[in-house]
Amino acid sequence: MDLEREFERVVAADHRVEPRDWMPDGYRATLVRQIAQHAHSEIIGMQPEGNWISRAPSLRRKAILLAKVQDEAGHGLYLYAAAETLGADRAELTERLVEGRQKYSSIFNYPTPTYADVGVIGWLVDGAAICNQVPLCRTSYGPYARAMIRVCKEESFHQRQGYELLMTMMSGTRQQRAMVQDAVDRWWWPSLMMFGPPDAESSNTEQSMLWRIKRHTNDELRQRFVDMSVPQAEKLGVTLPDPDLVWNAERGHHDFGEIDWSEFWRVVKGDGPCNQQRVAHRRRAHEDGAWVRDAAAEYARKKERAA
Amino acid sequence: MDNAYDGLTDAGEERHWAFGTGFTAALAGVDRAIPDVDRAALAAYCLMLGDDALVYSQRLAEWCSRAPELEEDVALANIALDLLGQARLLLTRAGEVEAAGRDEDTLAYLRDEREFRNVRLTEIDCGPGPGGDFGTTIARLLVLSTWRLALLGQLTASADPVLAAVAAKGVKELAYHRDHAAQWVLRLAGGTDVSRARMIAGLERVWPFTDELFTTHPVEAALPGVAVDPATLRAEFDQVIDTVFGAADLDRPEVRQVAPLAGQAGRDGVHTEAMGFLLAEMQHIARSTPGAVW
Repeated sequence: MDLEREFERVVAADHRVEPRDWMPDGYRATLVRQIAQHAHSEIIGMQPEGNWISRAPSLRRKAILLAKVQDEAGHGLYLYAAAETLGADRAELTERLVEGRQKYSSIFNYPTPTYADVGVIGWLVDGAAICNQVPLCRTSYGPYARAMIRVCKEESFHQRQGYELLMTMMSGTRQQRAMVQDAVDRWWWPSLMMFGPPDAESSNTEQSMLWRIKRHTNDELRQRFVDMSVPQAEKLGVTLPDPDLVWNAERGHHDFGEIDWSEFWRVVKGDGPCNQQRVAHRRRAHEDGAWVRDAAAEYARKKERAA
Repeated sequence: MDNAYDGLTDAGEERHWAFGTGFTAALAGVDRAIPDVDRAALAAYCLMLGDDALVYSQRLAEWCSRAPELEEDVALANIALDLLGQARLLLTRAGEVEAAGRDEDTLAYLRDEREFRNVRLTEIDCGPGPGGDFGTTIARLLVLSTWRLALLGQLTASADPVLAAVAAKGVKELAYHRDHAAQWVLRLAGGTDVSRARMIAGLERVWPFTDELFTTHPVEAALPGVAVDPATLRAEFDQVIDTVFGAADLDRPEVRQVAPLAGQAGRDGVHTEAMGFLLAEMQHIARSTPGAVW
C-alpha cells in the first residue's frame, strides 16, 4: 500500500489522521510547531490576566477570573498532550519556550494596566482566538481537533464573561466607561494582528491549507472577526479606534484601516512591552519548581523499586 | 465559511456565544431561617469561617502561573476556588444575619484589618513569595485542610441550616484538599534530600501557628449547637497528622508556638504584619473606585 497516497486520501476526504497513522515528516513537524506554540500561548496567556487575580474588584469577578486562568493552564495541558501524541516531549517543548527558542502568541506581550483589560481580553482577544480556533475543531489531525473542541467551548464562555464585565462597567461610573474605552483603544489593533500577516506574506499558509491543518486564510479569519466585533462594539457603546472602519455593502463586509505591521514584527521579534517579562516569569516558575519535579520523579522511582 | 461555530451554540442563544451563565446557586433550596441565638455572635462566627477561607484563598491564588507543574497550577487554583466559594457563602450569611445591609463584597473589600477574624496561619506568606516555597505551601495545606475538614465535618450538624449546608458542600472539597496535601507530603518527604529538607523546613514554618487553631473563642462558646468548639478538633487532627507523618517518616516539628497578643489573635482581629499588605492588594481597586459596579 502506498502510505503517502493513503494519507492524502484521508486528508482529502476530511477524515482524521490519528497518531499511529503514517504521515509526512513535514506534516508532523508543522503540527508539532503549531500545537506547541498554541500550548505556550495558553501558558504565557495566564500572566496578563493572572496579574489581576489578587486585586479583582468583587468576589464574583475574582472567582470568574481565577477559573478562567485555571482553564488556560488546562488548555495548555491538553495541547501539550496532543503534541506528545506526535512524539514531542513536553519537558523539551517547555525548555524551548523558556529559552526563547519557540514562540507564543504575541498578543500576550502587551500589558494589562487596568481591570477593564480583563474584560477586553475576554471580548477581543478570546474572540479573535475563537475565530482562529473554531476551524481547528475540524483540523485533519484527530487529537488536535478533539482538544480544540473543548478549548473552543471554554474560550467562548470566557469571551462571554469578558463582554459581560464590559457591559457592567459601561453601566457604571464615568471613570469606568473611560477605562473600557481606553482598553479597547489599546487592544483593538493588536487583536487584529492575532490572525497573522496578510495572506500574501504568510509563508506557512499554503501548505497548511493543503494538509487541512489550517482551513481558512489569515485575512478571511480577520475579516470574520471584524464583522463579528463591530455590532458588539455598538451594543457596548464603545468606539473602535479606526476611522476607516465602515460597512461595505458591495462586499457584504466591513472595510477597515491599515494594520501597522511594523509594530507586529517588532513585538514578534521580542521588543514588545512585556516580551522579556513574560518569558522570565515562566522561566522562574519552571526553575523554582525543578526541585519539586525532581522529588516527584525520585519518589515514583523509589516506589517502583519497592514494588 | 464553514458553520462549525453553530455547533458551539446552545438553542436560543445569540450566535456568537456558546454557553449561558445560568449556574444554579450553590445553596439553592436551603432554608435560610436564622436560628434563635445571639445574632451578633452568629454573624461574627460566619465571618471567622468566611475570612479563613477568603484570606487563605487569596494566598493560594498567588501560585497561579507560578507552580512547579501545570497540573499543580490547576490543582492549587482549584483549591483556591473551592475556598473562595465557601467564603462567598459564609460572608453572605454573615451579612444576612447581621442585617445591616452589608453584602459579601462590602465585607470583603471595605472592612479594615482589625475587623478580619481569620486565624493567622491563613494570612502568612508561605510561598511563592519570600516567606516560603512549595514545601511550605504544602505544609500549610496539610495543616489547614486537616483542621478545616474536621471542623466542617462537625458543622454539618449545626442548628444553622445555612452553616450546615455550607459544611456539607465543603467536606467533599476539603477531603480532596487534604488528600492532595498528604500525597505531596509523601512525595516531598520521600523524594530527594533537598525536598525532604524543604518539607521539614515548611512544617517548621507553619507549626508555630497551630495552637491558635484549637483555641476556643468567646464567640464559639456563645453558640452551642450552632458553632463548633475547635478544642474538640484536636484529636482528629492529631490522628490524621500522625498517620501522614508516620507514612512519610516525619517527626512533629519541635518548635515553639506564636503567642497571642494580650490574649488576642486572628479571631479577635489581631494579625501578623503580613495581613495589611494582603488586604491593601486585595482591596485597593474596590476602595479606589467608589460607586463603581463590577
